[in-house]
Amino acid sequence: MTKQVQQLDRVIIRFAGDSGDGMQLTGDRFTAGTAEFGNDLSTLPNFPAEIRAPAGTLPGVSSFQLHFADHDILTPGDAPNVLVAMNPAALKANLGDLPRGADIIVNTDEFTKRNLQKVGYAASPLEDESLSEWRIHAVPLTSLTVKALENFELSKKDAERSKNMFALGLLSWLYHRPTEHTIKFLETKFAKKPEIAKANIAAFQAGWNYGETTESFSVSYEIKPARLAPGVYRNISGNQALAYGLIAASVQSKLPLFLGSYPITPASDILHELSKHKRFGIRTFQAEDEIAGVGAALGAAFGGALGVTTTSGPGVALKAETVGLAVTTELPLIVVDVQRAGPSTGMPTKTEQTDLLMALFGRNGESPVPVVAPMSPSDCFDAAIEAARIAVKYRTPVMLLSDGYLANGSEPWRLPEVAELPDISQSFTTEPNGADGEFLPFKRDTETLARPWAIPGTPGLEHRIGGIEKADGTGNISYDPNNHDLMVRTRAAKIAGIDVPDLTVDDPDGDARVLVLGWGSTYGPIAAAVRRIRREGGTVAQAHLRHLNPLPANTGEILKKYDKVLLPEINLGQLALLLRARFLVDIISYNRVRGLPFKAEELAGVIQDVIDSD
Amino acid sequence: MNGRGLSLVPKTDVKQSLKDFKSDQEVRWCPGCGDYAILAAVQSFLPELGLKRENIVFVSGIGCSSRFPYYLNTYGFHSIHGRAPAIATGLAASRPDLSVWVITGDGDALSIGGNHLIHALRRNVNLNILLFNNRIYGLTKGQYSPTSEVGKITKSTPMGSLDKPFNPISLAIGAEASFVARTIDSDRKHLQSVLREATAHRGTSLVEIYQNCNIFNDNAFEQLKDPEVRDDITLRLEHGQPIVSSSKAVVRAANGGIEVTDRAGVSEDQILVHDAHNPDPSLAFALSRLDEPAFEHVPIGIFRSVDRPAYDVLMAEQLEESVAAKGPGDLGELLMGGDTWRIS
Repeated sequence: MTKQVQQLDRVIIRFAGDSGDGMQLTGDRFTAGTAEFGNDLSTLPNFPAEIRAPAGTLPGVSSFQLHFADHDILTPGDAPNVLVAMNPAALKANLGDLPRGADIIVNTDEFTKRNLQKVGYAASPLEDESLSEWRIHAVPLTSLTVKALENFELSKKDAERSKNMFALGLLSWLYHRPTEHTIKFLETKFAKKPEIAKANIAAFQAGWNYGETTESFSVSYEIKPARLAPGVYRNISGNQALAYGLIAASVQSKLPLFLGSYPITPASDILHELSKHKRFGIRTFQAEDEIAGVGAALGAAFGGALGVTTTSGPGVALKAETVGLAVTTELPLIVVDVQRAGPSTGMPTKTEQTDLLMALFGRNGESPVPVVAPMSPSDCFDAAIEAARIAVKYRTPVMLLSDGYLANGSEPWRLPEVAELPDISQSFTTEPNGADGEFLPFKRDTETLARPWAIPGTPGLEHRIGGIEKADGTGNISYDPNNHDLMVRTRAAKIAGIDVPDLTVDDPDGDARVLVLGWGSTYGPIAAAVRRIRREGGTVAQAHLRHLNPLPANTGEILKKYDKVLLPEINLGQLALLLRARFLVDIISYNRVRGLPFKAEELAGVIQDVIDSD
Repeated sequence: MNGRGLSLVPKTDVKQSLKDFKSDQEVRWCPGCGDYAILAAVQSFLPELGLKRENIVFVSGIGCSSRFPYYLNTYGFHSIHGRAPAIATGLAASRPDLSVWVITGDGDALSIGGNHLIHALRRNVNLNILLFNNRIYGLTKGQYSPTSEVGKITKSTPMGSLDKPFNPISLAIGAEASFVARTIDSDRKHLQSVLREATAHRGTSLVEIYQNCNIFNDNAFEQLKDPEVRDDITLRLEHGQPIVSSSKAVVRAANGGIEVTDRAGVSEDQILVHDAHNPDPSLAFALSRLDEPAFEHVPIGIFRSVDRPAYDVLMAEQLEESVAAKGPGDLGELLMGGDTWRIS
């Protein structure tokens, strides 16, 4: 039987199942095959905070969405074209996101009376008309897997666990994905359990063969490789890119990296990644708490290391006092905040942009801190280097604001040439700087206002620093009113004077009257929405802030050039508040705080409404 | 004592004196404060180590004692309340060539910073922690502290404090500390002898120093200073020596523990001989309880000194092992390390 092959320009697949079903792994492997094939792609994992929520329930559903295309894309996609539902809970939890006509591949084996009841289905939706808007492919995934593995010495339960690989095989056939990497991956992953490796590979191949022979799939799909800029690519998540960026920052600053960190979702993967790279002289210190994590990083910075701490919002709250100490002692420090839904514990695995004002102002006293926010998973690499550059050059703590969406999402990354990475090295002070041969730890560089960084072990420069206000120049304890006023203003001036690139505007028509502004992880959805508007003949300009403090020097000028400035944020208008106050521009805010990224279609509608309004 | 405490810290050929370790800052504790004696003892002890002055760092938290670093002409970091052990851990773990000291008090170390203290002790980071215990909050003007006795009447406890105090020595031993000692501000000779052992120890050494706050808790340790009674109640702990005061001796108790008894009533071989290097901390812990409940007899000296790898050394070894196994890190290789593909 020859099957029909249809060409598509893009597809959005969502794998959904119980959190024990291995959906994240399945998604990862499909992504790896897709990256290898050469499509552009973007991914969105979505999982519960509980490690194993009760099986078969709605809170236990874990999913992985992948958007891939033959052209460059910016988001993981709004609505899936294909849903793989491993059980009734996965079907029910995701059905609302599916457009009419989408394909649904369901594992019929799990549609038992009990599982249906768990999620409130009175009758199986597979047997009534309730799914008639969609194209259902009913596949007994579990029993087919068990059957494919009947010659293996496995318990039924172990055999059933390979059903995600069967599903992966089927989807790989359906979308013409290469298989070699997955087979190699399984061999490596289960190197110590060759029987399990073989079983998983057998299930994977059985899934592929099932697609080829069964009649329930009459068409398979081809999505040609994308024409991306020439270069070497790899797929990378935001957390991995951020870890690599920190390693690169260590190399490019010639400073040994010291990470003090306490595990917290969704930032822990940065700690995990960095702990693997001791060959780079990286010390990773899993501290007793968030405060010790940043404290140790600051202590290491005093000793001449590139001190870094990684955390999420609740951790930043705990670290605030130490960040203030770094502000006043003027030592380099990088504080990575992978933002998650708050307040308090909030929704640890869901994304938000709600820590901006905390990053800027969440400390006692006048305590200015530069803030850098990456705009895509791969940009986390460059943003980390930029944060380190500022920290080292200006001797200041820097907040690096990633978020859950960037951290766990992935995209192809064109690898930079190491030789082209910026040199961010600064030299330590080794000679006295006072008129009488004494050392003045708070005598500043006249251009950057940075103070000398003289590390222990340097003879003749012994000095004391601390949290008490320091006299200008000598750094000795000072309660002098005018000195305090001077120091407060000088610290503020130092941060305000940091060299950040100008804000650039994307306005191909040159006559847009509406500007859409964003910061951080909303870049992808905003840019995708702007494309939609332009495709329909609309005119709109787009600008994106990577530096939130200080803002680019031309920010006010740009904001004032447009009749309307729209600012979508996954918070209740934190940057808008700031820009209104700073520039007296009446920003139009668009805010949703659902723990999820914006959808391109949603934003396109909002932009169109702003364009159309008077 | 493992004697390698300062083996990685560079030495100087220049002869040093007390003067070399005095900073140009005016010392601003209350007149009569016990901190003066400790400062003088440390300043006159440091030359003996013969270390390059620039390789010595004093880190402190918040409290009266935490002003200490300002008065020493070494590198110094006066940090924030309770966090000195954490900050010093980062410094010592990344710089094994430094002699890192933590100056802290009973409030700083045992209240707000209790968590950092116990974790520094269990990790065995190469630090000398000097815990100035005056059993009161001085800098905030006289509230009770986590070492104040139950029923302490202070500004915040007009009807007496309710909570049972920490015994810093017991706490440290419970937290897996490898070196634990107690000394007193007024006995410079003993204080310096303890510092000598503490600096020779590689790993975390915790030295509790009984320190008098003459403003808010005067004479808290008077029994240990009063010539009439001090020799009677002070049990000197010296490795390999029987544990005795002038009139008392420590012996095995019938219930399996230890107890203090009249020295005259027991023979020499019944008296417990101090073994600071015993890997089992039980006896050291038992000794730390002898001053309970009310200072009738107080052990002074080194309770415990056992050899255990220091955290900074272990951390450095992992780095060296990684380089030995796979060579030094190469950034280009790292970036190209995943599944890559080329688009031309």
